[in-house]
Amino acid sequence: MSGGVTSRWWLGGAAALVVAVLAGLGVGPAGIAPGAIAGELLSRLPVVHAGRPLGRLDATVLWELRAPRVALGALVGAMLACAGGAYQAVFRNPLADPYLLGVAAGAGLGATAAIAYAGGGELLPLAAFAGATAAVTAAYLLGRSVGGRATATLILAGVAVAAFATAAQSFVLQQNADSVQSVYAWLLGRLSTSGWSDVLLVMPYVAVSLAVIVAHRRALDVLRVGDEEAASLGVPVARVRFAVVAAATLGTAAAVAVSGLIGFVGIVIPHAVRLLAGTSYRVVLPLAGLLGAAFLVLADVVARTALSPAELPIGVVTAFVGAPFFVVVLRTTRMAGP
Amino acid sequence: MIALENVSVRLSGASVVDGVSLTVPDRGWTTLIGANGAGKTSLLRAVAGLVAHTGSIALDGRESSRLRAPERGRMVAVVPQSPLLPADMTVTEYVLLGRTPHLGYLGRAGRRDMQAVDDAIGRLALRPLAARRLDELSGGERQRAVLARAIAQEAPILLLDEPTTALDVGRQQEVLELVAELRAERGFVVLAAMHDLTLAGQYAESLVLLDAGRVAAEGPASEVLTEELIARHYRARVRVERIGKTPVVLPAPREVAAR
Repeated sequence: MSGGVTSRWWLGGAAALVVAVLAGLGVGPAGIAPGAIAGELLSRLPVVHAGRPLGRLDATVLWELRAPRVALGALVGAMLACAGGAYQAVFRNPLADPYLLGVAAGAGLGATAAIAYAGGGELLPLAAFAGATAAVTAAYLLGRSVGGRATATLILAGVAVAAFATAAQSFVLQQNADSVQSVYAWLLGRLSTSGWSDVLLVMPYVAVSLAVIVAHRRALDVLRVGDEEAASLGVPVARVRFAVVAAATLGTAAAVAVSGLIGFVGIVIPHAVRLLAGTSYRVVLPLAGLLGAAFLVLADVVARTALSPAELPIGVVTAFVGAPFFVVVLRTTRMAGP
Repeated sequence: MIALENVSVRLSGASVVDGVSLTVPDRGWTTLIGANGAGKTSLLRAVAGLVAHTGSIALDGRESSRLRAPERGRMVAVVPQSPLLPADMTVTEYVLLGRTPHLGYLGRAGRRDMQAVDDAIGRLALRPLAARRLDELSGGERQRAVLARAIAQEAPILLLDEPTTALDVGRQQEVLELVAELRAERGFVVLAAMHDLTLAGQYAESLVLLDAGRVAAEGPASEVLTEELIARHYRARVRVERIGKTPVVLPAPREVAAR
C-alpha cells in the first residue's frame, strides 16, 4: 500500500464528514437557506469578520437543535465504527461488533429498568451506561474465571451474560407493559434532542476511547498473525487486548447511553473501509471513525426528513440505507478487485 | 550464544521437556531431532519465551526469563512450524511486522525500519512479489516471506521450527541454503527442529536427539544418525548409508531391514 493511496482516502474521509456535517446543519423542517447558514458560519469565525449572522430564531434552531444532533451523530458514529473495527481485530472475527460482549443487552436492561421504574428521563443514560459496563465486566470476569485468556471463552461468557440480561429485561418489560412503547423506541436508537448536554456527556468517553484504540492500531496489525507469533514479536498480547477491549467497551457504552442501540454501523463501516482502502488496521481504524461519523450524521438527516415532520428511528435508517450501500461496495470491489 | 541448563517444561501437568542442557555457540547451527511428541517444539517455544520453563536459558549471556518481551524480540526471531498468514496482507506489510520489537509499544515505522524490510525482501528475492497478497503465494514463496520477516527482525538468534515441511525437495534445499548463507553473512545462531534426518544432518553442525523430553544423544551428524539410535528412539527401521561424510537415512521396509 503506497502512501499516496492512503492519503487519498484520508482526504475522501474528511470530505465525506464535511459534506455530512453541512447537510446535517442545512437540512431540517425549519427551512433555513444554505446561503444564510454559510453566512452565519462565516460570521462565527474569529478574525475574518465576514458573512452575516442569522436572525435569533434561526440561530437558535441551528445552534441549539441541529448542531448538537450533528455533533452527537458524529461522535456516536465514529465511536461505533471504530469500536467495531477494534473488536474485529482483537477477536480476529469478522462478525464481531461493538455489542459483542453484552454491551447491548446490559444497556437494554438498564434503560428498560430506568423507563419502567423511574419514567426514564435524566436517569436513562446513566442506567444504560451502568448496565452496559456491568454486563461486560461480568462477561470478562466470568471468562477469566472459566478459561484463562482464550478469546472464544470471553465471547461465550458474553453470550451467557447477554442472554441473562435479555431475559431480565423481558421480565421487567412484561411486568410493566405500559412502558413497552418507550423501551421499543429506545432500542431502535435515536439521536437525543436534549441539546448540548448529551454531547458533553459522551464526549470525554468517546475521545479517550478513540485515542486508545487508534494508538493501538499497529499492535492490532501484529495480532493478525496470532497470539503466539505476536508475542514472539515482542507484543504484550494480553495487555493490548485488555486495553483495546476496555476502551472500545467504555466508549460504546457511553454512545449507547445517549443514542440507544444503533445497529449496523459497527459492523458494516469497518468492512466497507477494508474493501475500499485495504485491511491494515493502521488505515481501517481511523478511517472507519471518520466514515462512521459521516454515515451516522447523514443517516440522521434521512431520519429527520424522510417522513417529516415525523421522525424515523435512526437504527431503522442505518440498516435501510446501509445494507444496499454495503452491497454496492461489495459488488464493485469484488468485481474490480483482485 | 544459547546456553540451556536443566530446562524443563510442563504443559497441563505433563512433563514435555525434562532437564535439557545444551549449548549452541556463536555462529553455530544446532538442529533438534526426535519423534513426534519428543519435545522439540516445546523446547523451541521455551527458548523463544512463549512457554513457562524451569531451569536456565541464557541468550548471549542474559537470562531469558528476565528479558522484557520487546527485548527478547530483538534477540530471538522465530520461524514457526505453521505460521498464521493473514490472507489479505501484502508481503511488504507482513515483513514489516518483523520490525515490531524495534518500534516500542505505540511507535511507528521509520526510515531505518523500511530499510531493514527492503533489505530482507531483496535478500530473499521477494521483490517481484512485494505487493502480492500472502494468499497468492506458493508454499515456497510463503516460507521465504516468513523467513524475510525473521530477517527483518535483525535478531542474532534464529529459531526454525520445521522450516521445510510441506515444501518440495528443491524448495527444502533453497530454504536451508538461504539460512546457511544468512548465517555466514550475518553471524546468526541457529536452533532448528526438523523431521527430515538426512537434511538435518547436511546443514546442522550439531544434532540433538530428543526422546520423551530428554537428550538421548548429541553430536555431529555422523555420531547421532546411526541405525541403532534411530531404531531405538524413533521405533523405525532404517538404513544409514554415507555419501562422502554425510549420513543418508533411508526408510527400510521389512524385507530390506532383514538384509
